[in-house]
Amino acid sequence: MAQHNPWPDEGNTGHIWDEDLRELDNPPPLWWMLAFYAGLIMIVFYAVYYPTVPLVDSHTKGVAGWTQIEEYKEDFEVLNKWRERTFSSQEEKLASLDVADIMKDDELRAYAVATSKVLYGDYCMACHGAGGSGNPNFPVLADDDWLWGGSVKQIEASLEKGRVGNMPAKGMMGNLNDQEIEQVADYVIGLATGESENEAYAAGKAIYNGKGLCMACHGPLGKPVAPNGATNLTGSVERFMGVPGNLQADRRASIIHTITYGVNVKKDGAYLPETRRAEMPSFKERLPDADVNIKRLAVYVHELGGGQ
Amino acid sequence: MSGSKKEAYRPKIHTGSLLDDVHVQSKTLDDIGVEILPLHTGGTVHAKRIGGSFRTFKWLVASFWLLLFVGPYIRWDGSQAILWDLGNRQFHIFALTVLPQDIWMLAMILLFFALLLAASTAIAGRVWCGYFCFHTVWVDVFTWLEEKIEGKPGKRIKLDAEPMSFTKFKVKLPKHIIWLLIAFMTGFSFVAYFTDAFQLWARLLHFQLAYYETIIILVLAGLTYLTAGFMREQVCMGFCPYSRIQGAMTDTETVMPTYDRDRGEPRGRQRRAKPGEEVPVLGDCIDCRMCVDVCPTGVDIRLGQQFGCITCGLCIDACDEIMEKVNKPKGLIRYAAINEFAGKILPPIWRRPRVIVYSSIMIFAAAALIWGMANMAPINVTVLKERAPLYVQMSDGSIQNKYDVKVVNKTNEFMQVEVEVFGHDDLIFMADRVAEVSPGSVATIRLFVRIPRNKLDEKSTPIDVVVKDLNNKDNSDRYRSVFHGPK
Repeated sequence: MAQHNPWPDEGNTGHIWDEDLRELDNPPPLWWMLAFYAGLIMIVFYAVYYPTVPLVDSHTKGVAGWTQIEEYKEDFEVLNKWRERTFSSQEEKLASLDVADIMKDDELRAYAVATSKVLYGDYCMACHGAGGSGNPNFPVLADDDWLWGGSVKQIEASLEKGRVGNMPAKGMMGNLNDQEIEQVADYVIGLATGESENEAYAAGKAIYNGKGLCMACHGPLGKPVAPNGATNLTGSVERFMGVPGNLQADRRASIIHTITYGVNVKKDGAYLPETRRAEMPSFKERLPDADVNIKRLAVYVHELGGGQ
Repeated sequence: MSGSKKEAYRPKIHTGSLLDDVHVQSKTLDDIGVEILPLHTGGTVHAKRIGGSFRTFKWLVASFWLLLFVGPYIRWDGSQAILWDLGNRQFHIFALTVLPQDIWMLAMILLFFALLLAASTAIAGRVWCGYFCFHTVWVDVFTWLEEKIEGKPGKRIKLDAEPMSFTKFKVKLPKHIIWLLIAFMTGFSFVAYFTDAFQLWARLLHFQLAYYETIIILVLAGLTYLTAGFMREQVCMGFCPYSRIQGAMTDTETVMPTYDRDRGEPRGRQRRAKPGEEVPVLGDCIDCRMCVDVCPTGVDIRLGQQFGCITCGLCIDACDEIMEKVNKPKGLIRYAAINEFAGKILPPIWRRPRVIVYSSIMIFAAAALIWGMANMAPINVTVLKERAPLYVQMSDGSIQNKYDVKVVNKTNEFMQVEVEVFGHDDLIFMADRVAEVSPGSVATIRLFVRIPRNKLDEKSTPIDVVVKDLNNKDNSDRYRSVFHGPK
């Protein structure tokens, strides 16, 4: 910065660089100052009107009583009203039509699927996984293996009433010993791999159809005659995996555990600690607007990939 | 301060800048050439209007903009020929309908014109500004009307200086009414390209314009009135970025309106010498200031090429007229390149690197555009693969993947589209429907593909989804997607 000021009368601040680059001290333009004062007035208005000053354990509320969450709620209400207006005809159809008829209408079906994503995320995904991909010991919804039936009406019924699995421990009568349980388990693996008629599984087959009475629920060929909550033993889809504490246990150990401790087996009014748990609550009371939303979700689940 | 920097401060270093010829030893603002940054600060520029070849040329080019007002009313096949239908996301240009999927072609159009601007600037300076720019044209028309209504520049300057009175108001009012009318039509015509023009008129006359239509029309009309009527050359100098970057777009081979300094200087009025007096040797410039008087941006071209000059050529008209009167050759101010004055011969246009680079990019953009228009597919297919879950184990031992097939119908006919899948010998697929797709809309088809687990060799298998229009076998599209399975 130069010490000597060759332009003393110019109104510069005396700050001069590179010989001739100098800082002048001109007043800001009037419009700028007016905007500046308007800004000051705005600050006062803002401080009075809106919540502004932080206090020890709260803050000033502002004369308007405005809060961000209230504004959010109001905006959300506007959005909901818009949705109601825009999609009223679709919503009316969803409410009045039977779920099987909803499936027949391409547009309506697409609408039901599109509007179910949030509901599914809130109410179903915790157990059944994103997109119906399932979780260990919670059924996959995207496959074609259904415990309680995969038609849209049956899915609707499952949602409405809830489903509780039931399998007695150690065979229907509870009278299988460890060796018999192992033989049945081998036969069940044979059913899944398509080798059930192999001589090696003859003992297990006899127990399956005889002493154990497994065929009463699982069907004489390993497939329930009608959907009743019993697992289809012939398919590639496993209902339970691993044993408690070790999800990596092999299939045979898993099946032996299931047969030994059953599903939802109670003793003295309480569930056995080792028993398999399989229970889906009714969503009639849980869902908001259950009449419409159960249909909506039934269509969504049906469309995940395995609906029949 | 480093030594080299000091060097630059030494006088008489030739840097090629205008400042070379300015006395720079004194460093007051005046002396370092601030006055040649020709911001006109003396109030409204009231330029003289005279005839001439450039004047005629300007009118001819400017008349192109009449199309703006006519365009919305041209019909094609019963609907508006040029319609930017934002609501339906369709752009109609005569027989051509462009959907958002083809919007990349718009980028090609923009690229082409951006490079056209660069190329024309490299060859002949700001031809856009001088002749074609809508701001120049609107200002030209506005000032022309001003002259018709309020009289010649001298009269207007006097009128402006008068205090407001009823007489002054009476003189000024018609001008503003006509200005506002043109401004309104400008805004209205712009909006009419985005909606049916006749219906827009009907809505206007019934006061049923949508609020956003009203706002856009009023804002555009207001801006037109303000910029063309009042801001004028200040827009070119203060707002428009183009005047500031043109220094980087022109070079010493660019022809621009230039004052022939060698021929013109020293300027002055030629006087008849009295007997015994020595006749001063003067250049051809008689310092009549006609070139300054006719300049719509109020610059003095004799100071050299400058950012205030929009190269409209009106000073050439003016100077030629004077040269004719004083019996001197025309062209004291003429389109010429700096190299010409330095005695260099200009290379042909096609041998200049800038022109070659610019024009090759333009050719690329034009070729891409033509290719795009010729190959605009009537149908467009996108396949979105479901990722949660990536794949599902089915009970029969096969693996299932789920896809959403989005089909865009770009034609004006209904389509009935069917999905087929190829890519694996043991693949089976189930599409949930034969979709009917209305013109210009999108349909989504849910698609499931299954491959037996024991037939899958890879974690991911490429598959092709082919979509065919049952109504017209020529309309089909293919999309490469992927099938996921466990390893």
